[in-house]
Amino acid sequence: MDLKDLYREVILDHNKSPRLFGRLDPADSSADGHNPLCGDRLHVTLRLEGDRVSDLRFDGKGCAISVASASMMCEAVKGKHRDEISHLFHEVHDVLTRHDAPVPEDLGKLAALSGVRDFPVRVKCASLCWHTLNAALERSAATVQTE
Amino acid sequence: MSANPRAVDRYDAASVWRDFPILAREVHGRPLVFLDSAASSQRPQSVIDAVDNYEKLHHANVHRGVHQLSQEATAMFEHARERVREFVNAASTRQVIFTRGTTESINLVAQSYARTRLRPGDEILLTALEHHANIVPWQLVAEQTGAVIKVVPMDRRGVVSLEAFTSSLGPRTRIVACAQVSNALGTVLPVREITRLAHAHGAVVLIDGAQAVPHQKVDLAKLDCDFYAFSAHKMYGPTGIGVLVGRESLLESMPPWQGGGDMILTVSFEKTTYNALPFKFEAGTPNISGAVGLAAAIDYIDKLGIDRIHAHEQRLLTLATEKLSRVPGLTIIGTAPDKAGVISFIVDGVHPHDLGTILDAEGVAIRTGHHCAMPVMDFFDVPATARASFACYSRESDIDALVDALARAREVFN
Repeated sequence: MDLKDLYREVILDHNKSPRLFGRLDPADSSADGHNPLCGDRLHVTLRLEGDRVSDLRFDGKGCAISVASASMMCEAVKGKHRDEISHLFHEVHDVLTRHDAPVPEDLGKLAALSGVRDFPVRVKCASLCWHTLNAALERSAATVQTE
Repeated sequence: MSANPRAVDRYDAASVWRDFPILAREVHGRPLVFLDSAASSQRPQSVIDAVDNYEKLHHANVHRGVHQLSQEATAMFEHARERVREFVNAASTRQVIFTRGTTESINLVAQSYARTRLRPGDEILLTALEHHANIVPWQLVAEQTGAVIKVVPMDRRGVVSLEAFTSSLGPRTRIVACAQVSNALGTVLPVREITRLAHAHGAVVLIDGAQAVPHQKVDLAKLDCDFYAFSAHKMYGPTGIGVLVGRESLLESMPPWQGGGDMILTVSFEKTTYNALPFKFEAGTPNISGAVGLAAAIDYIDKLGIDRIHAHEQRLLTLATEKLSRVPGLTIIGTAPDKAGVISFIVDGVHPHDLGTILDAEGVAIRTGHHCAMPVMDFFDVPATARASFACYSRESDIDALVDALARAREVFN
């Protein structure tokens, strides 16, 4: 268990200067994420062009892992298709939870989160933003279906 | 730096520390520094041995059989009840009800006492610093009865003043429920005066004593509250057992809360007659080994002396407050003049959850989060705090280890 593996430079940097921080107004969809265990709260707003997330923002309060993960996630998914985002989420999820999972090369910066898997109680901090984004995407899909 | 060598002579913290086998273990290759006793304290060898001895030699169901083991188990279980009675100075063992813990004790009062009596518009008075266990049971009963919950405010230090209490009491106040010691802030409340004020308004008083009994003498004859709740696992006993001490006349008038074996005299499909106190409130086979462990924990506290434990923890609190105040960027949350050995704090630029992880890597166990007191976090406008808490086995060196680990956290987050 090495703290340096958890708090890598890129994570500390994104925590200190979160990218795509704020709220889009107007937005096509949004969702709140809450981790009652540690009190982390995130809000994700996004705009869609068809099935592509053309822009998104997050804000909220959280620990370094949750803020950095959200910041890196926003950078990584901006401009991507729903299906690509879903694929990326699964890859990140594996990296966070499976000790034997190789870190896929296309993860880019998100690979820095692989240190989290040695700290099981922190996995939820890193995955909160992804669940929140998912909720926002599902909500937009549900809206599309009902229209 | 030893403030008062004489006090150290009187209280041998190193020897007390050795009574707790778990404290000698390592965590992540470093000596464990356990500063999370407010969440759950550790067990001394004597408690472990008492439970072990019961399991190996005496276990059978209680209040049932005529055989030897059942009689021994019953005697040990009822001896535990008597030890609890002595410990909090209750008048009779009929008032001492074993529960799963403080939470269940409060729920029992909410459902058996309050639910049958509260009318729409009646008021339940809580304080701003309550643990969720002393909020949610009242919200449930308020929903069931149409009663209203009112909250006595606290000030920026985490103090609930008697003036604030007085102005919150009204003609509709039926129940006052408050902690004796705040788990999140360490504030000690003047529960004796609060009880007197509440009684003058005709309200019934429940005190959540979970954070008080391990740290200070509790004398229910003096306190005179109607219900007092606490848990064994915060006072060096096992988990899963706690106590409700109630005023006998009230307990007599309350319907049973749960039905089952042990709480009945006779059962037919037409009518059941209930057992006498305290058994009326103890449906089903109780946590016998837990009660045995609780009795051993009381013996242990008595051996050390609760007043000496109190003095030791107060000395550590003063020392830790001084040392933590000097840590750059650290703010102590909860600065009441009368506090128990609990220090909640935040550090600029480092989220409490990150602090918890970094301190853990150094072997230092603290609590981080909302401490089951989310309204307290909202009041101080923080999502969470880090909390160090002391027990009879805490040492000065634990505080130094905490301060060193905090320096490490600042290094990581430069």
